[in-house]
Amino acid sequence: MSDPIIKCEGVYKIFGENAKKMLEEANGNVDAKTFQENGCIVGVNNASFEVLKGEMLVVMGLSGSGKSTLLRCISRLTEATGGKIFIEGQNLLQLNNKELIDLRRNKMGMVFQSFALLPHKTVLENIAFPLQIKGIKTEDSISKAMEMVKLVGLDGRENYFPRELSGGQQQRVGIARSLAVEPDIWFLDEPFSALDPLIRKEMQDEFLRLQEKLQKTIMFITHDFDEALKLADRIAIMKDGVIEQLDTPANIVLNPATEYVRKFTEEVPREKVLIIEDVMEASAKDNLSDLKVSKNEIIENVAEKILTQEKTVAVVDENNEIIGSINPSKIINTVFGGRKNNS
Amino acid sequence: MELIRKYPKLFQWLFLLIVFFALCFAIDVPETYKFIRGQAEFIKDPNQSSYVLFGKEVRYYAFDVFWRLPPLLGWLPIWINDSLFFLMNEWMPMEFWNEDTQEFKTRPLVLQITRNVTSFMTFLIELIREILLGGLNTIVAFSSWDWIDANPWAELPGLPWTIVAAGATILAYKLSGKGLALFAALVMIYISIFGQWKPSMQTLSFILVAAPLSFIFGLGLGVAAFKSKRVEKTLYPILLVMQTMPQYAVLVPAIVLFGVGDHAAVIITMVVAVPPMILLTLLGLRGISPEVIEAGKMSGCSNWQLMSKVLIPTARRDILIGVNQVIMVCFSMAVISAFIGAKGLGFNLLLALNQLNIGLALEAGLCISLIAILLDKMSLAWANKQIDYFGNLTFFQRHKNTFFFGIAVILGILFAYFGSFYFKEGYNYLFEIPHNKGISTADFWNKGVDWIFDTFFVYIKAFNTWLIVDVLQPMRALYLRMPAVATLVLVVGAGYIIGGIRSALVVCGLTLFIALSPWWDRALVTTYMATFGVIISCIIGFTVGTLCFQNKNSASFMLGVCDIFQTFPSFVYLIPVMMLFGITDTSVLIAVIVYATIPATRYTIEGLRSVPTALHDAATMSGVTKFQRLFKIEFPLAFPHMMLGLNQTIVFALFMVIIGAFIGTEDLGQYILKALSDKKGAGIGLTLGICVAFIGLIFDNLIRTWVDQRKKHLGIN
Repeated sequence: MSDPIIKCEGVYKIFGENAKKMLEEANGNVDAKTFQENGCIVGVNNASFEVLKGEMLVVMGLSGSGKSTLLRCISRLTEATGGKIFIEGQNLLQLNNKELIDLRRNKMGMVFQSFALLPHKTVLENIAFPLQIKGIKTEDSISKAMEMVKLVGLDGRENYFPRELSGGQQQRVGIARSLAVEPDIWFLDEPFSALDPLIRKEMQDEFLRLQEKLQKTIMFITHDFDEALKLADRIAIMKDGVIEQLDTPANIVLNPATEYVRKFTEEVPREKVLIIEDVMEASAKDNLSDLKVSKNEIIENVAEKILTQEKTVAVVDENNEIIGSINPSKIINTVFGGRKNNS
Repeated sequence: MELIRKYPKLFQWLFLLIVFFALCFAIDVPETYKFIRGQAEFIKDPNQSSYVLFGKEVRYYAFDVFWRLPPLLGWLPIWINDSLFFLMNEWMPMEFWNEDTQEFKTRPLVLQITRNVTSFMTFLIELIREILLGGLNTIVAFSSWDWIDANPWAELPGLPWTIVAAGATILAYKLSGKGLALFAALVMIYISIFGQWKPSMQTLSFILVAAPLSFIFGLGLGVAAFKSKRVEKTLYPILLVMQTMPQYAVLVPAIVLFGVGDHAAVIITMVVAVPPMILLTLLGLRGISPEVIEAGKMSGCSNWQLMSKVLIPTARRDILIGVNQVIMVCFSMAVISAFIGAKGLGFNLLLALNQLNIGLALEAGLCISLIAILLDKMSLAWANKQIDYFGNLTFFQRHKNTFFFGIAVILGILFAYFGSFYFKEGYNYLFEIPHNKGISTADFWNKGVDWIFDTFFVYIKAFNTWLIVDVLQPMRALYLRMPAVATLVLVVGAGYIIGGIRSALVVCGLTLFIALSPWWDRALVTTYMATFGVIISCIIGFTVGTLCFQNKNSASFMLGVCDIFQTFPSFVYLIPVMMLFGITDTSVLIAVIVYATIPATRYTIEGLRSVPTALHDAATMSGVTKFQRLFKIEFPLAFPHMMLGLNQTIVFALFMVIIGAFIGTEDLGQYILKALSDKKGAGIGLTLGICVAFIGLIFDNLIRTWVDQRKKHLGIN
């Protein structure tokens, strides 16, 4: 396993005047209610996790759950009240101002919900902005920015101003800007939440295409559970500043850790989330059908094929070797069964 | 009991009024009380009492404490004076190198600093003035008079008026297009043909120095306040007081520090123009979405880069609106600072008013108003202009305005050159049209005024007498009849009912300051005049605003009219009223009413406009009539905004009442005016100014607190 790029150990963010002192007195046992009575608001409560190289961690939570605050602690846009944060082994909270600026100029990129473009600069100038801030020559930064314009598919509009673009196009500029310095770590704070549903889907696909190509280490914030399932390698679900569960999409859907998480998973169409491997039986039985399905197939895509079989279907891995089996009844069970009957 | 529980506020108000009137009746007017007390602390009268505080003797007429509080703050103006004197003449003497005498000289630090600032300002003004009009002083500043005598060719020639006019037109075209360019050309030609060129350029040179300096200081302080809470907290009370401080009052201490002349005028103008610039800079910076700031930080901006490349460009519009405000203040100060010897249109205007030459005053006033409107429109156009992409334009397209200006300069010089042959005798009209050679309409206006007086004298006089005898005198008597304690109880009670203990304490402090100063009576007179003006203005403004709101076009038209009227320097309002009503209180009050009606009308229309369309539609769908909609929906929702209009109306009215001192009133303003010509006037002027500012702030505090609560209650942000 590779080293974690981002590592958080017991990160707290508490808003209020005596936050630091109260946190010390609480001795690692932070209760939001007692803090609130003393005029403090707990934003992030004891967050510990790691993000590996090339991994996409999606932080999901409703508004006020502290997900954006957590992201801002890790990008140090706000100072964490307690805990440790390591970026590639560097202790983030102990960097001085100059080192922090250096880190942001070379290692980090961030995309914002409201796009946060500079209104007085053209698309090209907006994208070149982080490069020029770094002190790169105008010509070089412009040619680099032009590459980025092509990457996000905005060629022909590079001399437009943000006010002349649609929301989706503006966010493409935001994405291009955050990628201009070729950062290793990519923060996205609800990047698609302000967009219309159709554009949002288009942007999600585009985003997956980009990530396939770039393989960045990503923290992605969203309040949309479907979006999280669609994009994530792992999902962290937050509530009231606490990470309720951090796991792969399949595990979250199959084994919700708390009642809160379960509420989200109830309505999720599992066949769209789970792959064969998640529901198969590891033992290969005799009397298998002729059909073989790959363990990485999403259930929805092969369900029809499996359900037409009467016998149990074999599951194969990448090398076409049988590693398990799945009975058609299991598919029916996954799609329709095992849910709380709330009608 | 049930009623009291249902309307607690109403009964609190009733109770307050009962207490107030009870106090008024219980406390008798002392027999020795006279309104005209003179400047009690300077006149020795055996009837006076006196006390000594901080080594200063304060003399005053003693009354029952309930009737008038003793002037316990009487030492303040004297103390301010002495401190200023000490600072200027004795504090920190140091050796300074004197360029003229070539030797070291001992001078107090502050004096030296003010002298340096003075010479710097004078240099800047002379420089711009001589670029526009020609002269020697700038070259002298770099060489010496001897050198000038030896080289008679060395003189800044000044620009022919044609070039300045063309420059203004091209700039207007660039900022806003053909319409404004045409207006600019007409204004410039008008100024020139009517022989107002020289004073106009003097005023312009004064503004071209004062406005950029105010902008730089305002922006700097605004940024500092944005970055540091402590700076903001220190600046806030000063900004608050400066917003309601009459401009006259600032003149007096400036004379002590910087003497008399254009440079002092520039400094005063900066003192008045910087606060709105700070406020608008802060507003602009605060309005930036936090994500844009974060985006800047994540791009790796250092603090300086963040400010100069992200924050200030993003807040561009608000900052440029600040520039617009600065220019407007500069124009209003261009007239007022004529009192301390600033040259230009303002000086001519003042002189003409003093000689009661209404025609001349009108010409100068019209000129200054036209330039003000032009610069107002130009700076607004600049603020609203959005940057366009110009990378794909050719070199000529990009620089065509500069190019045209270049042509204009060459043509202008050629014209002026040929003109010097053509107009061999006398003046070169293509260079500058001197005042006495321009067309003058002064005679026409003066005859008009005479005609009005001859024809309508009887009616005007009758109206005047009626107003003064039947309305104003009784109202003034009522105000003066209030015992100080009763007033205090009324104001503090109102503060308590509206905003609780905090508001009550603030208001109490402000009122006590005025009550303990030696000018309580004068403050009452100021308040009475302002009250009268505000009541009439509000009636007119709210009615006109509501009527105009009924139709989209008339509403926009009315807002445009308000814009233009607001652009006039406040002093200009005095000209027409003096024309019609001569030198009476009526004139002042009518000027007050005209001036204060502007915000009343504007805020009414804006308030009504801000009612959301969804509510309109909802109301229409529930089948309301026009009147029901107006009274049940639009008025209640617009009311908080209209109250802010009332707040502005009060500030405007106070301003005009104080300026009205020029015509002759007997309130605080008159004393400020007197302090201007008093050697020891600085302390008095400043204290009086603070008194006026505090009157404004009392109302400001009460109204704002109420509006905030009301808005919260209605859920309007």
